[in-house]
Amino acid sequence: MREYITELSKYIIPALMAVYTLCSFACLADKLEKKSSIYVLQDVIMFFMQLLMFTDLALTSTGEKKGNSMEYIFFYVFVQIFLLAAAAMVPVIYEQVNRLLLNNMCMLLGTGLCVISRISFNQAVRQYIIVLLSLAVALFIPWILSQIHFLKKLTWVYGIAGIAMLAVVLLYSEVTYGAEISFTIGGVTFQPSEFVKIIFVFFLASALWEDASFIRVAVTAVFAGAHVVILVLSKDLGSALIFFVGYVFVVFAATRNYLYLLAGALGGSGAAWGAYKLFAHVRDRVITWRNPWTYIDNEGYSITQSLFAIGSGSWFGMGLLKGNPTAIPFVEKDFIFSSICEELGVIFGICIILITIVCFLEMMKMAALIKDRFYQLIVYGIGIMYIFQIFLTIGGGIKLIPLTGVTLPFISYGGSSVMTTMVMFFLIQGIYIRLQQGGGRRSGRKTKQHSGGSGAARKEEQ
Amino acid sequence: MAERPNSTQAAAAQPGKKNNKKKKISRYSANRPEIIVTSCFFGLLFAAMIGYLGYFVATSEQEMVNNSYNSRQEILLSRNYRGAIYSRDGEVLAQTRLDEDQNESRVYPYGRLFAHAVGYSTKGRTGVESLANYYLINTNTSLANKAANDIAGIKNPGDNVYTTLDLDLQQVADSQLNIYKGAVVVTEVSTGKILAMVSHPDFDPNEIAQIWDSLMDDEDSSVLLNRVTQGQYPPGSTFKIVTALEYIRENPDTYNNYSYFCNGYFSSGTGRINCYHGTNHGQVGFESSFAKSCNSSFANIGVNLDQESFEETLDELLFNQELPIAFPYSGSKANVVEQVSMNELMQTSIGQGRTQISPIHLNMITSAIAGGGVLMKPYVVDRIENDAGRVVKSFQPSAYGSLMSEDEAEILKGLMESVVEDGTGRKLSGLSYTAAGKTGSAEYNDVKEDSHAWFTGFAPVEEPEICVTIIVEGAGSGGDYAVPIARRIFDAYFNGGT
Repeated sequence: MREYITELSKYIIPALMAVYTLCSFACLADKLEKKSSIYVLQDVIMFFMQLLMFTDLALTSTGEKKGNSMEYIFFYVFVQIFLLAAAAMVPVIYEQVNRLLLNNMCMLLGTGLCVISRISFNQAVRQYIIVLLSLAVALFIPWILSQIHFLKKLTWVYGIAGIAMLAVVLLYSEVTYGAEISFTIGGVTFQPSEFVKIIFVFFLASALWEDASFIRVAVTAVFAGAHVVILVLSKDLGSALIFFVGYVFVVFAATRNYLYLLAGALGGSGAAWGAYKLFAHVRDRVITWRNPWTYIDNEGYSITQSLFAIGSGSWFGMGLLKGNPTAIPFVEKDFIFSSICEELGVIFGICIILITIVCFLEMMKMAALIKDRFYQLIVYGIGIMYIFQIFLTIGGGIKLIPLTGVTLPFISYGGSSVMTTMVMFFLIQGIYIRLQQGGGRRSGRKTKQHSGGSGAARKEEQ
Repeated sequence: MAERPNSTQAAAAQPGKKNNKKKKISRYSANRPEIIVTSCFFGLLFAAMIGYLGYFVATSEQEMVNNSYNSRQEILLSRNYRGAIYSRDGEVLAQTRLDEDQNESRVYPYGRLFAHAVGYSTKGRTGVESLANYYLINTNTSLANKAANDIAGIKNPGDNVYTTLDLDLQQVADSQLNIYKGAVVVTEVSTGKILAMVSHPDFDPNEIAQIWDSLMDDEDSSVLLNRVTQGQYPPGSTFKIVTALEYIRENPDTYNNYSYFCNGYFSSGTGRINCYHGTNHGQVGFESSFAKSCNSSFANIGVNLDQESFEETLDELLFNQELPIAFPYSGSKANVVEQVSMNELMQTSIGQGRTQISPIHLNMITSAIAGGGVLMKPYVVDRIENDAGRVVKSFQPSAYGSLMSEDEAEILKGLMESVVEDGTGRKLSGLSYTAAGKTGSAEYNDVKEDSHAWFTGFAPVEEPEICVTIIVEGAGSGGDYAVPIARRIFDAYFNGGT
């Protein structure tokens, strides 16, 4: 019986995931009828997939004598409570929430929690607590956005705060001779570069929304450059790249000048070349990317193990608990995508990539709808940083680009990462809700269908 | 006047239209082009990433599973026991036996016979055990079996591998090579299937665990070396095939007018080339130089060849290149361009000097000649079946490409035929089938006149079916020691007897 279930779910899970992904793409279309029923279908698929995945975990853990099946059953119940809360309650609190982004967020978080619980149960429990906390915090964001109106004016506060936060970590690690990019207070580890991403987007948007002159761009370049340099010195190359790309694209959107993209590409290449010449740790990354098999015993170990995982998993995966993802160092953070490909299959992995693209495209669509330049740039900037981080982590794990060691948002283990991404998504939700309520645009008829109701409009009438 | 109402109507209609359009556009704010460009950029970037991932999985899955650094092999082996390996006619060449306590042991019923071709799977993996490892440790048994085995707590049977190896030919090749060191490889011309692959000295893979330490202690031991693919030998006169091809290419219309008077040696500058055992061949033409394997004549040809063009021909014949085979191999070396003295050029054109070749490479060149210039990639794994005999995957012959033109292959075929008719390969003439080939006696010791006996050839000449390449180390001349082995193999193939 056990074999029948686990063997069949090997094919059912990717199939369900593919249907879910198709639904997501369909919902990108403006004119699709009955979107709300598609969203319900997506939720049904998500819960069914969760059931299958955790059943697999519980069944296989007794068969393979790995882990404790009762633990998985308990954890399953808790994860479902969270997913129910997020997928069902958020639309009740904020009726005009964007269901597509919300569903995708739940899908990614649910998959992440499941995969992390397979890698390390203790980490999964910690992650779960942080996810719950993050949701609790993030739920206030749309409300806060509707209350506060001075966000546009804090330009230099954002800039200086961001640099200061990054600098403190750098100095702290210098003093302790560590190469850490995080610090620990009372047993909780923070990675400030994650939170600074949000501040940085606010900085760029507030600096450029009304004035995108050359002088203005140059001044912001100094601030952005300071962020990037500190991150490079902290050996956090991935974050440095994300900040840099975020800056270039936001400037491009603010100025509508393609020359800035060109300048960014040239400047970026020059800086990358310089970093390659200057820093040994940058050279190491490039060398192990070019030829990991030569250095399989030391520098190339992680990337080759990652490739083994993906290659062994192949299209349908080895099945949950049937692979060996823990052979990859830092699998729960930097290589979570490889472990997904190994045990759930590359088809599932590709669906994950496609879902993140849908999130990005939905954000871009939203940005195009927003009239208020400040909020438009925020949504746009968050979208860029989100999608580029995914490119870095997945591209690194499959050896398309050198490894940079960043997390896969919503899926990787890491409190700072998941909290930051959740705050980003709810910032976008908040701006979207503003937009729906007429804060930025005149007609909201079409998109009101997204929310599956027009309760807010009715409230306003009362 | 008549136009007026019309124009006002039009004017009234147009603003309405314009308003509609404006409304549509205004759903999206300014900055739309930038956002579209951004979306497209990342969309394409991710499409490329997904494409790369798909390509990686489609092409590298086996390579990834087979890498010895990949710990997932042990995981698969903890769930499935290794499948069996069969010859083309269904004889068991390797299988895993389970005792009552489910203890596994790998058994090779033919012992030494397939030591290098099938290889072993403990102490590392070689041969088919290595090439088909991925299939042997994966299972495609039915779901019902899996479930039953799961309940019974026993492992699933791995998939079985059917090879192209022919038990009879392998036995003939092995017994004919006898106590000599050396190698024999037999391939099917039309497909590239490897029918026999023998390397001596050999070992019994059943005893690999017991003999391992002594093999490792003895640094000079080359018992584990598969001489067919990893052996590097001076090609000797078999290389005249290459020299002849280059001469034909440089003199396509006049090569048959070639003539030379052989005094038993050829000298140029400080270099001197002797014919085998100092034989005086007298007046020879192009074909008879080849048939009689006249070293002096070929040295004479060699020194007049265009070195750049010779280099190109060598490249096309896969010298100094990667070979299209799955077995681990030693690449062949030949150099006619960089810092080559006249003496070296003379040596190279008769297959001596620093030129080195593996038997499988010579077999590939010969097979290409037999096949009208087209090289079929040699392969040994024919198909994979699950434990119930359902074919999981079958491998089709595939062409590597042309090593030479059809005309050139035809001319070389004629030359190789003359070797059998009235040259060094006469022991293959007058049989129930026709054969063609080239012998070689490769000197490997500067002081003494010891030589390795080579033969490479195919039969029948009209419609070549199999291609045989033989090297017998230190035996003497190819005509005396390698050709008789070829004959026994051809006999076994065409007449079914030895």
